[in-house]
Amino acid sequence: MLLDGLARLGRSGLGALERLGRAHLLLAGMVLGIGEILRRPGLLIAQLFNIGVLSMLIIGVSGLFVGMVLGLQGYYVLAQFGAAESLGVMVAASLVRELGPVVTALLVAGRAGSALTAEIGLMKATEQLSGLEMMAVDPVRRILTPRFFGGVLAMPLLAAMFSAVGVLGGYFVGVGLLGVDSGSFWSQMQSKVDFHEDIVNGVIKSVVFGVVVTWIALFQGHDSVPTSEGVSRATTRSVVHAALAVLGLDFVLTALMFGE
Amino acid sequence: MGKQRGIEILVGLFMAVGFVALFFLAMQVSNLSAAVNSDGYRLTARFSNVGSLKARSPVSMAGVRVGRVEAVTFDKDTYEAVVTMRIDAATDTIPDDTFANIFTAGLLGEQYIALEPGGSMEYLGDGDEIAHTQSALILEQMIGQFLFSKAGGD
Repeated sequence: MLLDGLARLGRSGLGALERLGRAHLLLAGMVLGIGEILRRPGLLIAQLFNIGVLSMLIIGVSGLFVGMVLGLQGYYVLAQFGAAESLGVMVAASLVRELGPVVTALLVAGRAGSALTAEIGLMKATEQLSGLEMMAVDPVRRILTPRFFGGVLAMPLLAAMFSAVGVLGGYFVGVGLLGVDSGSFWSQMQSKVDFHEDIVNGVIKSVVFGVVVTWIALFQGHDSVPTSEGVSRATTRSVVHAALAVLGLDFVLTALMFGE
Repeated sequence: MGKQRGIEILVGLFMAVGFVALFFLAMQVSNLSAAVNSDGYRLTARFSNVGSLKARSPVSMAGVRVGRVEAVTFDKDTYEAVVTMRIDAATDTIPDDTFANIFTAGLLGEQYIALEPGGSMEYLGDGDEIAHTQSALILEQMIGQFLFSKAGGD
């Protein structure tokens, strides 16, 4: 009875370790396959289109609204302290440091990560991956590597768009609707937001999120049970795990970068 | 072929928009345009109290920023705070009898170092120390002194 429980615990622990090992082997395989996309840049471009271009609309619209909400909420709090001129700093700093990378990563996980998992899972279920292997084409290099690097490249660009559109949204609400002075909005922002500390760290964050989100999505697809139910479960897991990993890593990265 | 070309154009557009957004963040949102160039030279100054002065606080002359505080350290022998600041290379004519004050921007604002030039013809160079300093004004101390003098005046 007790031994059974112990055995079950041990089995799940070993299973988790095995999955972790497979995930890292897959990551290594994808990174080592970088030569493939140098030989065939068309593969990477197609994935940049799928992950990047098709996500632009949702990123732009969410960025605009998040920036506008930040402008509204920030104004009401800051106006109580007579510091409405600092609105630009608040909007820009929170977007560039946190909201830009994190919300973009969550949106990409939902919009593109789930699609990647389902695509790879279905390729596995319909034995296209094994078919490629039969033809002596490495499916990891041919199929997964371009998707991985597409996600890693697209994420920081999407996050930058999110932040930029968000700052414009905050400007529109703060200066256009609420009457904050336009000059102090920009000048306060420029004097308080630091290029290296805020913007570069934000970009580093989004590159890390890009790696994590695409890696999780591709691994879940590649590791899914090749049935329709297995693919559906892998898709769910992909989004949930990616969201949890992004939020957890965000705390760690913030503590490392901004905690002095 | 036409479809592939369309995709390539859209991806090119995507990357261009992404880089434009990054450029916008760098130039318009952050302080890169007023770059904190790491050249310039260092000055030190000793204060008996620096208040809430921190690294990256501005150093200004006549209200114009001419540098930034690089580090604030504590000298355990003299019990003083040692402030290292980096002054822009263009501002190379700071007299050696310059006065360094710690002021507060506004009532609740951040603290900064204001340099008031003296009349000497000798200029400070890299690694020199500003001899004349005035510490930060601590609001609580001032209120305490004010109350004390009021009570004593009766």
